[in-house]
Amino acid sequence: MAPVAPRSGDAVFANVERVNAELFTLTYGAIVRQLITDLEEVEEVNKQLDQMGYNIGIRLIDEFLAKSNVSRCVDFKETAEVIAKVGFKMFLGVTASVTNWDADGTSCSLVLEDNPLVDFVELPDTCQGLYYCNILSGVIRGALEMVSMKTEITWVRDMLRGDDAFELRVKLLKQVPEEYPYKDDE
Amino acid sequence: MQFFGGSEISPSPPVPPASGSNAHMIYVFNRNGVCLFYREWNRPLRTLNVQQDHKLMFGLLFSLKSFTSKMDPTGVEKGNLGVPQLPGQGCSFHSFRTNTYKLSFMESPSGIKIILVTHPKISDLRESLKYIYNLYVEYAVKNPLYTPGTPIRCELFNTNLDQYVRNLA
Repeated sequence: MAPVAPRSGDAVFANVERVNAELFTLTYGAIVRQLITDLEEVEEVNKQLDQMGYNIGIRLIDEFLAKSNVSRCVDFKETAEVIAKVGFKMFLGVTASVTNWDADGTSCSLVLEDNPLVDFVELPDTCQGLYYCNILSGVIRGALEMVSMKTEITWVRDMLRGDDAFELRVKLLKQVPEEYPYKDDE
Repeated sequence: MQFFGGSEISPSPPVPPASGSNAHMIYVFNRNGVCLFYREWNRPLRTLNVQQDHKLMFGLLFSLKSFTSKMDPTGVEKGNLGVPQLPGQGCSFHSFRTNTYKLSFMESPSGIKIILVTHPKISDLRESLKYIYNLYVEYAVKNPLYTPGTPIRCELFNTNLDQYVRNLA
């Protein structure tokens, strides 16, 4: 029996359970607000958001693989396309675009025109260093680590700081193949 | 949503054999060789202690995967035997059959390996293994009280799995 072909982002999005967008946005906003109150330092909040995203990412990857039926991507270019078109669509309902590949194909930008996390949000002057959507960078980093890719993710453009879109720079540091985990003498 | 307290790590109580159950046993491993889940429904012969049995199974599959992908006559590039591969890369075997049982295998790109041992007459189980992977996602991965990388102790997962396996063709 031939394996089922991977589904496109729209097809998967139509099949997953969805939650009210406003509930999602407001819940995320409440989390960020609480983190700012508890931690006070904007850098700490950024780190905490990244860590939370990482913990989400390591679980999210299995749900993504199970529901979308994608097979192993051949190279990093394909990985970035899959994240942008299928991954973002499936979990956030929006697609991103992949641009600005560097010469060796290990670094690219994911550009989001539309981001449900930031509806209704304005950054006050006291929080100017805050990366409000930093959870997204953690999620991508965590998910890619579970498929053997160590990456580094930074924000290039942020609409809450006045830019025209959200741009994430994703850099592949290395691929870590699995090793036989048991020592021979055990 | 229900929450499940994880019980202390202890051997699971023996499952009463379900009549008409088609499968003998199931293993779920993660990429580090930790046996996340083991359940048997019908296993008259047991030769090794539990830890050794898990290690043997994992080692067997690791080697088989490596071997089958190096022997691939259609593969364009071939590393040397023993060079570690990324999970899901290259060709991957999905089952082997002996005169007394059939072992079906599935590995996700995130390194989750699902092994189902059944009677030999059963048809291709690839879709079933995908369904079991979905069950794993629903009841283990999404459970906030479950830590990834540790053995799964979740009643809902056990029940749904038993039910599904009972109905396998």
